[in-house]
Amino acid sequence: MDRIPILKMGRFLLVTIQVDMHDRLALALQDDLTARISETGARGVLIDISGLEIVDSFIGRMLANIAAMSRVLDAETVVVGMRPAVAITLVELGLSLQGVRTALNVERGMAALEASVEPVGRHDRARH
Amino acid sequence: MPDSVTSRLSTLIDRNAAVVLENWVRHQLTARTLRPDLMNEQELRKQSSTFLTGFQRALAAGDANIDGPDWVPVHDLLASLSAGRAEAGYTPSQTATFVFSLKQPLFDLWRSEVTDARQLTDGLWTITTLVDALGLETTEIHQKRRNSIIVRQQQELLELSTPVVSLWEGVLAVPLIGTLDSARTQVVMENLLQRIVDTGAGIAIIDITGVPTVDTMVAQHLLKTIAAARLMGADCIISGIRPQIAQTIVHLGVELGTVSTKATLADAFAVALRRSGLSVQPTASAAQG
Repeated sequence: MDRIPILKMGRFLLVTIQVDMHDRLALALQDDLTARISETGARGVLIDISGLEIVDSFIGRMLANIAAMSRVLDAETVVVGMRPAVAITLVELGLSLQGVRTALNVERGMAALEASVEPVGRHDRARH
Repeated sequence: MPDSVTSRLSTLIDRNAAVVLENWVRHQLTARTLRPDLMNEQELRKQSSTFLTGFQRALAAGDANIDGPDWVPVHDLLASLSAGRAEAGYTPSQTATFVFSLKQPLFDLWRSEVTDARQLTDGLWTITTLVDALGLETTEIHQKRRNSIIVRQQQELLELSTPVVSLWEGVLAVPLIGTLDSARTQVVMENLLQRIVDTGAGIAIIDITGVPTVDTMVAQHLLKTIAAARLMGADCIISGIRPQIAQTIVHLGVELGTVSTKATLADAFAVALRRSGLSVQPTASAAQG
């Protein structure tokens, strides 16, 4: 079964969704991501969904779930690169992803993460 | 029987074309609906003659059913005639009367040639049905043209009334004018989100100065737009909230949540600049003056 790659970039994890998500893939991503966060002690997760063209309520909820799980593991999630059509669909479905941070692209999302987890960075690296 | 009536009528018209045309034009010239200001006699005569020829040809094919293929040229002719007259300023009834007035000369023609009572009524009935149907068709064409214009204008209005303007690098503004319904919300949302992608804007100001009333429905649509923009990573500020609107919002119990609201577009712009780390300062010359 194909999996969605999770890349480690410094203190953050980058998940790039390039294929259309189906439910099994989404569940596998949840498993993999939570495992990687606890394994690496990542402070932030960037989910790039610029390749995602179709969303349904399940995928929408999954994004919210991933954000909630990451927060429990002390990593902040930023969803980046959402397409206009996807945003409209999610809003129409009544899923406005409250509690999930969003940014226009990976660069902005990274900047937002840097800004929010800056103070603990040095301390963190010393521990490892 | 009707088919033999049509072919006979066709032959009659063909033979007496000049007389029929003359009678018809005379009828039109004396009619109440004549518009000498819109069309002169020469043009009227030309139009009548073209129509009469088309009518006669369709009849000659022996088909009394005007939906048949033989009548296609007549329909086309009516379409262009009706369109031309509508543009010139004729009312639909004036155009229809043009066709209806053909009855009189045709009745006269038929009466002069046919003596048998039964055939006489048969012929009159056929003429009446045909001419009535064609006359009503001009009204229908007129109506269709009007409808298509209305639909097109609605579309244009929808697009015109929802501009997204760039106030500063990274700051967009959406001045909303008129009531916000679901169709317009959709257009606003699409335009705004597309512009966010194009410009990479991080802040969007939705100005509702031009929105006459804000009820729960409008608020719902606004919140939807804001939620969609947030999903794209852009913050929204609502501006242009008039005192009455503020009262209505509170009375209705509309919950705007964490959305920041400002009284004027200027206030919202100031906030947007501050958030972008920019400030506006008076220049030296202005400070001196």
